[in-house]
Order: sequence, then C-alpha cells, then structure tokens
Amino acid sequence: MPLDLNTYLGVEPDALKVYSQRAEVLAANLANADTPGYQARDIDFRAALAAAGSSGGTLQPVITSAQDVTAVGSSSASPPGSTTGGVSTEQFLKYRIPLAPALDGNTVDSQMEESQFAQNTVRFQATLTFLNNRFSELTTAITGGQ
Amino acid sequence: MALFNVFNIAGSGMSAESVRLNTVASNLANADSVSSSADTAYKARYPVFQAIQASLMSPGGVADPTKGADAAVQVNGIVQSTAPGTARYEPGNPLADTNGYVYSSNVNVVEQMADMISASRSYQNNVEVLETSKQLMLDTLKLGS
Repeated sequence: MPLDLNTYLGVEPDALKVYSQRAEVLAANLANADTPGYQARDIDFRAALAAAGSSGGTLQPVITSAQDVTAVGSSSASPPGSTTGGVSTEQFLKYRIPLAPALDGNTVDSQMEESQFAQNTVRFQATLTFLNNRFSELTTAITGGQ
Repeated sequence: MALFNVFNIAGSGMSAESVRLNTVASNLANADSVSSSADTAYKARYPVFQAIQASLMSPGGVADPTKGADAAVQVNGIVQSTAPGTARYEPGNPLADTNGYVYSSNVNVVEQMADMISASRSYQNNVEVLETSKQLMLDTLKLGS
C-alpha cells in the first residue's frame, strides 16, 4: 500500500501554517498597541483552514481503488480565492470589534491580544505534538517496535 | 514562514518603544531645566508611531491597508509639546532675564512616569512575543525526533 505522506499527516501541516500566520497578525497587533489609528485584526481561522485544506487536498475524499464510489465534486478545482500549494490567509483578515475604543482611534486591547497569542501558541504546540505522534507511529511501523 | 516575520514585527515594536523610552528619559532629565526666554525653554518631546506594511513598501505592492498581515511599527518623527511652560521669578538665577524671570520646561513629570510604565510594558509584550515565537520555531525544528 503506497503511503501518501500528505494524506497521512492530515490537516495538521495546514493548521500549523495558519497558526503561524495568526501569530504574525497578533504580533502586529501587539507591536502597534500604541500606534494612533491602528485597527486590530485577526484571522478567520475556520475559513482559512477550510481553504487551506481544499487547496492541499487533505480534507477531500481520496479515491484509493477503482471500486471506490466517486464522490460528487471530489475532483473539482479548489474554491475561488484559495491558492494552490500554499496557504494565503490575507483574504481572511478581519478587523476586531473594539470593546472600548480609545480616543486616538487605536482598537488594540493588549490583554486580549496577549491571551489570544497564548491560546494560539498552545494550539500550535498541540499540533506539533500530534505531528510528532504521527512520525512516532511511522517510526514504530518501520522498525517493527524494536 | 510566517513566524520569521514575527521577529521583524516584534523587533520594530521594541525599537519604537525604546525610542519612546528615550524621549521620556530626555523629558524627565530636562524637567527642571530653565531658560532665559519662553522660546528657548525645553519642550517635552513625543514620538509619533505609525504602522508600516512591507507589502506597501515593495515596488508594485498592493496599496490596500486591509491586505498583508505584516504591520510593523515605525517612529514617524518626534514632535514637541506646545503646552505653555511656567515663568518663575528668580532674580538670583544667572539665567534670569532683565525682569528677573526664568522660564522652565513644560514637562509634566507625572505624565512622563505613566508614559514610561506604558512604554516599558509594551516593550515587555514584544519581548514575550519574540521569545514565544522563537520557542515555537525551535519546537518545529525538532519535529519527528
């Protein structure tokens, strides 16, 4: 049985990319916490990951044998807006709704950005752990548990 | 990899906040400076922060502020406060004018202290972001080991 590494790793590599892009957006928010007129942004994670999955093919059914039922639309092109090969999250950038707008037009809430950054970090590390487990499984399969 | 951009963004934040700390230090050091005229008296200095996006600076880049996640910060310039300073009657002061007045700076020390703490906290935020991103990248490098 040939093993497609992309299929085997599932959605995790795409999630890792989106997490790292989200870290970039949150870092930009924190760096501009004192910039007048700066509006805080965040990534629509669900939409970004869905687009990443459809472009990478990891969320689509894969036909492994001729007896498989052909899923309708499974081989269709990726939806408009998503890029093939890489993850582009720019179209999923959304502006935050400020809880307490400042006089200078800045909408960064440092405390909330920090908590979101911490949450993003933990999820990034969780994804890394899942990936590590996948590689451990492969190693076990290759070495036969020796 | 997007995590590399975090280093640039947090670094720009750190350098902007350190400029802000510099102006605070300059203002606090000159809080008690006096001068012989209102025009030459020390004026409090403030940095002007501005968000910059690398995608906007590259030639042919998309000129849309909603695009690009790479919003670093830069110091656009230093402005001087236009608040009026105070004139004190000190005829014994060698800097006093013909009427015996010296003109002190318009620095508000309490405001400067609050500004210093704000700049310091923002700097720490950026250091924390940098440290966390570094750890994530190191963890990614160790993937599969």
